[in-house]
Amino acid sequence: MSEHATTHDNAHASFDTKPIWRTFWILLGITLVEITLATIHMKTDFPSKYVLNGIYLILTCAKAFYIIAEFMHLRHEIKNMIMTIAVPACLFIWFIIAFLWDGASYNNLRNRYDRHYAEKIMAPKEVPAEKPGKPE
Amino acid sequence: MAQAVPAGQKWWSGGKSPFNVEYGKLMMWYFLMSDSFTFGAFLISYGSIRFASNGWPNPNEAFRAFPGLAGVNLPLVFVSLMTFILIMSSVTMVLAVAAGHSGDRKKVTFYMILTIIGGLAFLGCQAWEWTHLHSEGAWWGRNPFPNADGTLATTNFTNYFFTITGFHGFHVFSGVVINVIMLIKNIRGDFARKGSYLMIEKAGLYWHFVDLVWVFVFTCFYLL
Repeated sequence: MSEHATTHDNAHASFDTKPIWRTFWILLGITLVEITLATIHMKTDFPSKYVLNGIYLILTCAKAFYIIAEFMHLRHEIKNMIMTIAVPACLFIWFIIAFLWDGASYNNLRNRYDRHYAEKIMAPKEVPAEKPGKPE
Repeated sequence: MAQAVPAGQKWWSGGKSPFNVEYGKLMMWYFLMSDSFTFGAFLISYGSIRFASNGWPNPNEAFRAFPGLAGVNLPLVFVSLMTFILIMSSVTMVLAVAAGHSGDRKKVTFYMILTIIGGLAFLGCQAWEWTHLHSEGAWWGRNPFPNADGTLATTNFTNYFFTITGFHGFHVFSGVVINVIMLIKNIRGDFARKGSYLMIEKAGLYWHFVDLVWVFVFTCFYLL
């Protein structure tokens, strides 16, 4: 997001309707790609789930960038403005990594040391879903 | 908003906003920052619990219905429609902001009405989806969907789904209310009299944020 300097050459071009529609097509295209990949995966199992999840995350970030930069117009603000939003948002990098890591580590610890938990969770589902609240 | 800025401008020497935006707009940005951390906390908590679970229901098994097509297996189709509606209403919102910049009151009214219709359509879709899931036995505290590997699932899946999409839907609802207020003010000519359509822009920022959050909700609940 830092490629924009503080100076801006044309004040009115940024609210032209042309880039709005371009952004719309980009967002729609990315969403269609995601859905197509998901459908292909459902039918053929081809891109493995891990690869696919990576692709989804990259495409989601791309969509977020276009919404913030073009629709919310942040790309056309001055650098000070961009930085006051972008720098605090970097906290998310730590936030996501730390908490997902913590979740995975908790799961490993429980599976290793809590046999009861591991066996209970591995039990196959025998009875079809029952409405809660009813006596058994 | 972006203006031609003279080279060598000293932003921090006082006398003007170093961010080169109006106060209310800056505060809207800061509010959205804080709101993004609220949503982020919800979604990351969901991710954390999901990483802490051995199994998780397959979203394509849970979300596969489409209104009017009972019993047909259509994963992702309905949620794609909802995504399209929200992106579309975001586009009409930018067009309203752009019309405000050129001071075209009639066009602003037109695009604001389209945006409100889009918001209401999204809320309608969500209401249908919730009703459908509820009829299948899903709600807070009960989860009819087994894990993808066939093991018994906890209620975390439905709890997080209803909480987070509910919180997002509440944001959409408040966005629609804000947009209706802006539409009324615009029809009364408040902005034209003031000579500035900045309020439309601030409402627009909020509306795009709702769209932005949906992008992440869509990925986290329906794709991953």
